[in-house]
Amino acid sequence: MSSTLLRMEGITKSFFENTVLRNVNLTLERGEILGLVGENGAGKSTLMNILFGLPVIFETGGFEGKIYLEGQEVCFTSPLQALDAGIGMVHQEFSLIPGFTAVENIVLNRESTLYNFLVEIFGERLATLDYPKMKDRAIRAIKRLEVSIDPEMIISEMPVGHKQFTEIAREIEKENTRLLVLDEPTAVLTESEAEILLEAVKRLASQGIGIIFISHRLQEVLEVSNRIVVLRDGEITLEKKASETNIREIASAMVGRRIEGLTTRAAQERVFSTPTMTIEHLWVDMPGETVRDVNLTIYKGEILGIGGLAGQGKLGIANGIMGLYPAGGKVTFEGQPLPLNDPTIPLKKGIGFVSEDRRGVGLILDEGIALNIAFTAMQIHELYIKKFLGGVVKWRDDRAIMKAAREYINMLAIKCLHENQKVRELSGGNQQKVCLARAFALNPKLLFVSEPTRGIDVGAKSLVLDMIYKRNREQGTTIVVTSSELEEMRAICDRIAIVHEGKIAGILPASTDSSEFGLLLMGAKPTVEEGVISVG
Amino acid sequence: MKKREAAFNLKRFLMANIVPIIFILLSIFAIPISQFSASYLIQEMLIRLARNSFLVLSLLIPIIAGMGLNFGMVLGAMAGQIGLILVSDWKVIGLPGMALAAIISTPLAIALGWMCGAILNKAKGREMVTSYILGFFVNGLYQLVVLYLFGYLVPIRSPELVLSRGYGIRNAVNLLGIRNCLDYCIPLTIHGIKIPLGTFIVIAVFSFFIIWFRRTKLGQDMRAVGQDMEVARSAGIPVERTRLISILISTVLAAYGQIIFLQNIGTLNTYNSHEQAGMFAIAALLVGGASVAKATLPNVFVGVILFHLMFVVSPMAGKYLIGQAQLGEYFRVFVSYGVVAVALVIYEWRRARERAYARRMFRGEA
Repeated sequence: MSSTLLRMEGITKSFFENTVLRNVNLTLERGEILGLVGENGAGKSTLMNILFGLPVIFETGGFEGKIYLEGQEVCFTSPLQALDAGIGMVHQEFSLIPGFTAVENIVLNRESTLYNFLVEIFGERLATLDYPKMKDRAIRAIKRLEVSIDPEMIISEMPVGHKQFTEIAREIEKENTRLLVLDEPTAVLTESEAEILLEAVKRLASQGIGIIFISHRLQEVLEVSNRIVVLRDGEITLEKKASETNIREIASAMVGRRIEGLTTRAAQERVFSTPTMTIEHLWVDMPGETVRDVNLTIYKGEILGIGGLAGQGKLGIANGIMGLYPAGGKVTFEGQPLPLNDPTIPLKKGIGFVSEDRRGVGLILDEGIALNIAFTAMQIHELYIKKFLGGVVKWRDDRAIMKAAREYINMLAIKCLHENQKVRELSGGNQQKVCLARAFALNPKLLFVSEPTRGIDVGAKSLVLDMIYKRNREQGTTIVVTSSELEEMRAICDRIAIVHEGKIAGILPASTDSSEFGLLLMGAKPTVEEGVISVG
Repeated sequence: MKKREAAFNLKRFLMANIVPIIFILLSIFAIPISQFSASYLIQEMLIRLARNSFLVLSLLIPIIAGMGLNFGMVLGAMAGQIGLILVSDWKVIGLPGMALAAIISTPLAIALGWMCGAILNKAKGREMVTSYILGFFVNGLYQLVVLYLFGYLVPIRSPELVLSRGYGIRNAVNLLGIRNCLDYCIPLTIHGIKIPLGTFIVIAVFSFFIIWFRRTKLGQDMRAVGQDMEVARSAGIPVERTRLISILISTVLAAYGQIIFLQNIGTLNTYNSHEQAGMFAIAALLVGGASVAKATLPNVFVGVILFHLMFVVSPMAGKYLIGQAQLGEYFRVFVSYGVVAVALVIYEWRRARERAYARRMFRGEA
């Protein structure tokens, strides 16, 4: 019998037009640790969703290719089937019951029970729980990990590391677990906790369990894995033994996604010296995008890019400065302190914002294009307003609004039937142009643009990027672009700052080689003087 | 350091039990003013404990399952009343009468509970307001049945039950046949205070049932579903079914609770008795220190005593204090709605604070 545990052959998956996996082949031996690496959107999660048979895969038309588990072809149509077949998954966000003890969570829905006569009448679920036996089982699972967790402790009172161990203990407590997928298990752990976890993972592998280890911390992946697979744009770009590769090679295999239709511009080194905004020790309490401690200087006239992986906090920076989420720290704009937590102040001072949440924050979907372009300017600068009786009565100046709207529609080539068409009826790209037009109508000195190309088609992407670029070159507007698309930022920005775990990991000129950015994205600091790589 | 910790714990204890503490203070203030004797108050409290505890207990299981306060328990109360109307017509008296009323109401309560549970599964996160409105809707059905179909489709032979027009049930149904039959089925008097021992035994048995139930697989599943539906679902627990069962049990128990309640009172107010059952039971539970997400047996009994102590004491206290007994009447309505509103607000406020706190833990030094 061969020792191959899992074989995925020719996996291809597209969501409608968009191909996210192309002919991916993956094998995993018994007792092997496979490091799976890739940027957000590279296809890692889709690959795992296919393995687990998540409903979303089948609702979107299934996938091509075959999966063999210990030589037998399988095709799971629900995660519960995958669990029954002995595949365990440990998620990045904990899937534990917060008010239960470690024991109760480890044996969740697999509790040991005691018989009583009511079972005959009402069924199995009225059997009482056998706590001593449950505790025994949980302790045995914890011992296999060789970590110390108090089995009677309530989950919500545990340090995060213990939660992660509890979750792994639950997966290995299942008798038939043969394959374990760990999705960024160390993302929330401290360094010492992560070390203990890596030891535990190695121990499990030595007991014959196959492990797929997904992580953005490359140093860890290299340390723990036997083999490393890098995904980019749905294809495997690197597959090597961990001992035969290094962080730099992995990082350059990860970044450098192809983007079609992007205007290539002559790299032109501009030098800026006047700071327009300085940010010191900024924290922002934005759910899922927490900013912890950001220090950043934005220079007048530049285009600054802010990049980083999802969830690291890059989106929180602009949202915090604009007062949309609770924030603290010191922000100075044009030499004056900028009060936080009040959205009208930054707008009044000439700071514009195009939100990443286009349909939620950015637009009033059931109003026309013209009003959408004009409403912030009306509110903040009292543009497009007719005043009567010395300003007691303020009237909307529809004619001025229409005129402005027509100008912007021409300038930004917004495809629409007329100025009053509801923005809900527009395509994503044209909605984004309306958002930009509204920000431009404010005539901002500093403009934050978040995820300008998210969810819009290829043609519109380059148009939107061109517009941002032109605004900067023609009007001299300082622009901060926050985006997950590194290559797009490299095409238009002067400098790019990379956010990692709520802090700025580093700022590099946009012309820097993309593998350097890859290292920063993963939290590894390239120290240029010595060429040595350290993990931060 | 230790001292600070202790002070902190005291503050937390006070904050967590703020509602019962306020009620204890109000009672300490009002009891002397009302000039009631101790033996009178003890007798009253024992009667009211027997009368109301079972109804309040029926609320516990949906709270375990995370469905909040089950305003839909009035559905069960209506089922119980239909059982009582039929046994009074058939002239079955005493404990057999009560048992028969319970047997008749059980399938009705199961059907109503099933419907309520199925609807609440479609309204996740809005269970309380949905079950509240559902109570009004089923009240309409109940009136249709009792006011038009009884004596018309369902034969009612006793003329004292039927409206003079020939069908429909009168506004008040005398339950003399079963009045206090459970309360005093085992006579016991201590120092002139009559103890409703029979009902207390039923309540005790049922309290043990709840303790036992929490230790069953089903109880464990309900706790899991109540804390995190998605995690429970991914562990393979049938979430919808578990929630439905919790509402079903609650509805059936509310039917029994209403039968015990009316057995103690002795008359059935056909068109009103059930309406306040839900609100008063929920208010009592909240006064006992329960929240939307957590309720225990002590909450039930402390709540019933404190809530009804205010009911008994406040009219007399009002009379002696400002010469108006209406103050007490005003007070009980004000208090029962007020305490429900406050409990809901406090719950949401605490949840928001806990979420913000949890996020703050991810934030670094700034």
